[in-house]
Amino acid sequence: MNQEPRASQGNLRRTAGRQLIYLGLASLVGFGSLMWALASLSEGVAGSALDAIAGSVTLALSEEPPQLDSSRATDTVSGQILGHVMEGLLRYDEFNRIVPGVAERWEIGATKATFWLRDDAFWSDGSRITAHDFVFAWQTALDPQTASEYAFILYPIKNAEAINNGQLDTAALGVTALNDKTLLVRLERPVAYFNSLLVFPTYFPIKQSFYEKRQGRYGADASELLYNGPFVIEKWVHGSQLRMVRNSHYWDRNRIRLNVIDYAYITSDVNATLNLFKDGKIAIAGLNSENLDDALQRRWKLERFNEGCVGYISFNHRSGRLTRNRHLRKAMQLAMDTNELVYKVVAMPGNLPGVSFFPVWLQGVERRFRQEFPAPETQVDITQARFYLAQAKKELGLDEWRPLTFLTGDRATTNKISEYLQQEFKEKLGLDIAIDRQIFKQRLAKMSSGDFDMVLAGWCPDYADPLTFGDLFASWNKNNRGEYKNPELDQWVRIAQNSLEPHTRMNAFSKIQKIIHLEAVILPTYETGSVYVRDPRLKGVVKRAVGMDSDYSNAYIDG
Amino acid sequence: MANSRTNKHAYVRYAVIRLIQGAITVWLIATATFFAMHNVPGDPLMDEKAVSPEIRKNLQAKYGLDRPLLEQYGIYLSNMIRGDFGISYAQENRSVNDIIREHFPVSAILGVLSIVFAALGGILFGALTAINRNRLPDIVIMFLVIMGISVPSFVFAALGQMTLVNVNAFLGVSILPVAGWGSVSHMIMPSLILGLGTMAFLTRLMRSSMLEIDNADYLRTAISKGLPPTRIFLRHQLRNAILPVITVLGPSIAAITTGGFVVELVFAIPGLGRYFVQAVQQSDYTVIMGTTVFYGAFLVFMVIVVDLLYGLVDPRVRLD
Repeated sequence: MNQEPRASQGNLRRTAGRQLIYLGLASLVGFGSLMWALASLSEGVAGSALDAIAGSVTLALSEEPPQLDSSRATDTVSGQILGHVMEGLLRYDEFNRIVPGVAERWEIGATKATFWLRDDAFWSDGSRITAHDFVFAWQTALDPQTASEYAFILYPIKNAEAINNGQLDTAALGVTALNDKTLLVRLERPVAYFNSLLVFPTYFPIKQSFYEKRQGRYGADASELLYNGPFVIEKWVHGSQLRMVRNSHYWDRNRIRLNVIDYAYITSDVNATLNLFKDGKIAIAGLNSENLDDALQRRWKLERFNEGCVGYISFNHRSGRLTRNRHLRKAMQLAMDTNELVYKVVAMPGNLPGVSFFPVWLQGVERRFRQEFPAPETQVDITQARFYLAQAKKELGLDEWRPLTFLTGDRATTNKISEYLQQEFKEKLGLDIAIDRQIFKQRLAKMSSGDFDMVLAGWCPDYADPLTFGDLFASWNKNNRGEYKNPELDQWVRIAQNSLEPHTRMNAFSKIQKIIHLEAVILPTYETGSVYVRDPRLKGVVKRAVGMDSDYSNAYIDG
Repeated sequence: MANSRTNKHAYVRYAVIRLIQGAITVWLIATATFFAMHNVPGDPLMDEKAVSPEIRKNLQAKYGLDRPLLEQYGIYLSNMIRGDFGISYAQENRSVNDIIREHFPVSAILGVLSIVFAALGGILFGALTAINRNRLPDIVIMFLVIMGISVPSFVFAALGQMTLVNVNAFLGVSILPVAGWGSVSHMIMPSLILGLGTMAFLTRLMRSSMLEIDNADYLRTAISKGLPPTRIFLRHQLRNAILPVITVLGPSIAAITTGGFVVELVFAIPGLGRYFVQAVQQSDYTVIMGTTVFYGAFLVFMVIVVDLLYGLVDPRVRLD
């Protein structure tokens, strides 16, 4: 009597329910096996944040380096990686001092510099690094065909700028390999900071025979690069992983204590990075306003670090622009409260209120530049600001203020700042500000063509000398996008560029600092800092404003 | 016999016509993208540091930007037909073909898993709600479905990741990785999250499709014939109700495979979706063109495949 009962609404539903359960189980099994099948197609699994026995540290990268050709690298991520896998003539040690790299010793004079290369400096293929590798690298970077964005950093070398502009052949570059181990550099002018340029990636060596065999793919993959730094890239899965291991050919390999630096995650999502940190998968995680509270609640020790960049409002000084009027700019300078901006609006630990275009970390003659030459003080003074504004209105012959176009980027912090300032200038000065929010490339395009009144901009140092900030508003500087022109400032820049005497130079920078403030050429908003959390067992990580962002070459795992 | 041959003939003709239509669609996509891209503000050669006019000229020559727009278009089309999308502006020594070849498989794996998950879940839950209409399972599931449709995937992605962190912390062992790519365990959470929206949508579709055939003549006949309930459910209800779900699967596969940007970002997955979005932000012309045309062609192809399958599966589809 095992006959199935006849279909009725009730038992039809029960049967269907049972069938669905079977189907559900079947699909789970099917889904699982599909995953196993697909998993065999992919590769690479990361370990935990720190492995003391293997000497390995796992980290996350915010984005993938576009490529690792040192002659063309421009971004900080590439700089970060290149700084670990390559080495120039000189390098920074853990105390931020410039110490010998490939060069064993050197002499830098007013017109020429000589470098003696060490005997035991090798490429990762075992061949010796020669002076020719530097000559080739620098010529390549300056060749207009390479179109290197950072070629300008080589301009102190004799004929470099003319070569880069296509007026001279690359062979005319003032660099000679006297023999395999001696490099002679002739200089265009005396360069007080030449040693701090030599640590920059554009100055790293490139082996010609290797480079030419790559046929334009040099630096595109782990195997398309020859290394001479403390580490080599063992594996580079684009968009996913970049794993560096200790370089057995590196001359100073005994200094290196980590065996593996594994950038096992590449994502710009800071929440994801913090989640990886919480899960014990990475040893360091950067914080921003989105995930700061989360880290604070967990009572983690926050580490602060001065990134070395300066954020500022750049005015358009082209003729016909309202912002060409000094009194208008002074009015805005007096109405802007950078303390409130930094502590209440941006509200991220690590940032400092902007008081000068020369950040605090810059070195002066003996002490910090800003200790020797304090920035001119600005007190918020609305009465005075309104007075200046009335003057400006008269000078410009205006009945009513036209709205000022405020060009900005599209990031969250940028929006906060621009909206705050819009409201402040309206309330305190009655000025209308129209925010023009653009993506990065378009903001740059508009900055270059002068399609703005004010723009929220930033400047980061390329080398450890005040000149990296000091020459930005020189009339000939292509990055002076507000086209500010002042013969007096130009003159001080030339003095700072050509003198070797520290007092003269620092004095020139202090004059530039004063002019920028008096003329309100720009309005500094803040000096950028960053906050991050670190696994306390990871020690010896060096962060610096110039060069690579985080230096793990002296790091070690404790415990 | 004659009839079947004409049918076969009609089918091939139909397939050829659909493929030609598809090719025209892709060409229109490529053309529209090309001209839109060149008219959208943003200069791919512009970067933080200003370069000399000489270098700029060299860069323009390298990427062919110094030629008239129509000539660029012609060169672009002829290269595209030969399957060469050029070199990326942002990653100066990687070709767009390399980028697609390396990153599309990752997106595809993620997409396939998500769609399988979405389809299975959608069919099962849809059927479950239909047979329990207006009872508790129906109400609960339909509430979740509305959530699944209306909550954007970046919220689910962040929530899913947070849940993993907390579960791992609570258990003291890492049962599933929080992010990354490579092993099976890396795939589970992202594919579930990516498939969630589609699953919700398919559940609703399946439910209404089940309810629609509830009053169908053939179902009433089957019940009154006294067929066993299992047979009625599997052969008559489920099988017929699935058809509309299959219809939308093709476009859904394409949508899921292309729409994984947020999930890829949150879970640090090296898929093509990230490059697609980044390229637009960086005005990386060649990558924008390459990925758009590739995805466009993929979507068109999936729609055609589903149409053709449908023609085979469902005799009611007329091929003219």
